[in-house]
Amino acid sequence: MGINYIYPEFEVVRNDARCIRCRVCERQCSNQVHQYDKDLDLMISDESKCVNCKRCVSLCPTRALKVVKSDCLLRENANWSNDNINEVYKQAGSGGVLLSSMGNPKPFPVYWDKILINASQVTNPSIDPLREPMETKVFLGKKGSDIKHDENGKLITKLPPQLELSMPVMFSAMSYGSISYNAHESLARAATALGICYNTGEGGLHEDFYCYGPNTVVQVASGRFGVFKDYLEAGAAVEIKIGQGAKPGIGGHLPGTKIVGDISRTRMIPEGSDAISPAPHHDIYSIEDLRQLVFSLKEATEYKKPVIVKVAAVHNIAAIASGIARSGADIIAIDGYRGGTGAAPTRIRDNVGIPIELALASVDKRLRDEGIRNDVSLVVGGSIRSSSDVVKAIALGADACYIATAALLALGCHLCRTCHTGLCNWGIATQKPELVKRLNPDIGSERLINLMNAWRHEIKELMGGMGINSIEALRGNRLMLRGVGLNEKELEILGISHAGE
Amino acid sequence: MKRVFVNEKWCLGCHLCEYNCAFANSGETNMAKALKNVKIRPRIRVEEDGDAITFAVSCRHCSDPICIRSCISGALSRDETGTVCIDHDKCVGCRTCILVCPYGAISEDENGVIQKCELCVKNAAGSPACVAGCPNRAIIFEER
Ligand code: SF4
Ligand code: SF4
Ligand code: SF4
Ligand code: SF4
Repeated sequence: MGINYIYPEFEVVRNDARCIRCRVCERQCSNQVHQYDKDLDLMISDESKCVNCKRCVSLCPTRALKVVKSDCLLRENANWSNDNINEVYKQAGSGGVLLSSMGNPKPFPVYWDKILINASQVTNPSIDPLREPMETKVFLGKKGSDIKHDENGKLITKLPPQLELSMPVMFSAMSYGSISYNAHESLARAATALGICYNTGEGGLHEDFYCYGPNTVVQVASGRFGVFKDYLEAGAAVEIKIGQGAKPGIGGHLPGTKIVGDISRTRMIPEGSDAISPAPHHDIYSIEDLRQLVFSLKEATEYKKPVIVKVAAVHNIAAIASGIARSGADIIAIDGYRGGTGAAPTRIRDNVGIPIELALASVDKRLRDEGIRNDVSLVVGGSIRSSSDVVKAIALGADACYIATAALLALGCHLCRTCHTGLCNWGIATQKPELVKRLNPDIGSERLINLMNAWRHEIKELMGGMGINSIEALRGNRLMLRGVGLNEKELEILGISHAGE
Repeated sequence: MKRVFVNEKWCLGCHLCEYNCAFANSGETNMAKALKNVKIRPRIRVEEDGDAITFAVSCRHCSDPICIRSCISGALSRDETGTVCIDHDKCVGCRTCILVCPYGAISEDENGVIQKCELCVKNAAGSPACVAGCPNRAIIFEER
């Protein structure tokens, strides 16, 4: 209190005319905000603990509750915002690094929202996706650039290993440990039913989920947790994680208190030991080193699986991607600065990296200019929010998109951005059994399947409108895009014209 | 017949089923009006053992219901679908059925006679309100 006191950010407003004292809010809030007072026969709340996850609001049967932003603010100041000031107070009290979760919430430009999609009128026919076939299937991996024949003049049709997806979307890496068993099961089951892939993240693969292997991307990150022969062989593709959009250049740290039971077994580290992912891979200091790891993994999987290299979108991303393409990787995944995370230092999350739209456009252009675009597929992530973001990404040059935040929202996440506390009220970013059970994978996988099917329909509709009947024909088709309210430089980097041109 | 089955693995112990039950059987259209300042008498009850296990119990609509056999006034019967129903006018409040039901699914109502789950067939909900309101599919209404 006193000098350290920060007025609570949210207010819990209870309409007492509606409250029936069912105590559902009290039972459901893992932050212990609500409490029933027997003597007063009243529900009371301690809003200082509220993180605005809306669990209580969603479950209150009489809609007696709302959680709103507090209006008890410091004196208005365009330079020193409330957040700036409160963060100084917090650090003056704690002496520590600030932690945050999920993606960068700052008001940086969202280029997807400044790009518009074309449609056919008069001179070229649009296509009705309900009446005519539309192809949303994609294959990720190296494609041959030229046609080759064998000694008998027969066409050589054998391609390097490909990852087949029924639509150009995958669930991106979220480790078992950062998210719950039930969240993983939901993702794995949905990916299998949809014919797409989910990604283990860096925490290894729980033994129960090996059966979903054909729809799993197994990740090898700097901590190498849970990596062994069976793991590599279980997946449909292997991903080397160099970086992540939410925290480029930063490693990871899952505290020992969370390394219990199955998580310790799956990560293959002792219970109670901190799971530390170093910032760099200690065996990768150059593209040549990366090439060694790419080929070690190919060797270990008998050249049957594509190898993905995932990097965060940073300033020299085009040159970096060119190096990765030359390292022998089959797929490059780029994660923009708005990508989510289970925990990151706030300053890194909010200030490091670049927008995925610009990174994608410059990487695609660079790889084309160098004649190596067909050597790799490009997957982009870092806040793909809707099917139109997917369509814009494909038209800018991506082969597929990675989504994670959108998938978590489908599972119930309300973006309260306090995953790092481990008390997720929606059973996602937690390992507490009583919270994990709140996410029933029957419901979770169903909702993910619904979301993806809805997006697939919308993608087909948008493509049909442009008169395009396959994703392949949309990829890199920047003529289908126009910018609004963008300056010359932005248009130049995105490689698109301004609306009206 | 379709019955309410329990999937205790997913039960959160939130007790919403009890409130949805009480509301469905209140005859009111507004939950706050129906349940404010009322000590509810739900026909489904959440059993709990700390955080270890919680599950909701209501009438199993047994195929050979011991409650019907024990009823001294013929107030309990199975309707054409198999739902075990209570005729409040015939019930004399002797509580024999309460004693014999192995699931503890019968209780006393506010008028001194008994009440039990009738799968919401007689109220405005039409099908089990507890199931419809369960946030985690810990109870399901299905044919098995
Ligand atoms: S959940 Fe709603 S009705 Fe129930 S006690 Fe809380 S505020 Fe009151
Ligand atoms: S933390 Fe979530 S559940 Fe708890 S009071 Fe706030 S919004 Fe409600
Ligand atoms: S996963 Fe859970 S803790 Fe994290 S932002 Fe979503 S609701 Fe909040
Ligand atoms: S509503 Fe569902 S989850 Fe809640 S106590 Fe009843 S059965 Fe359990």
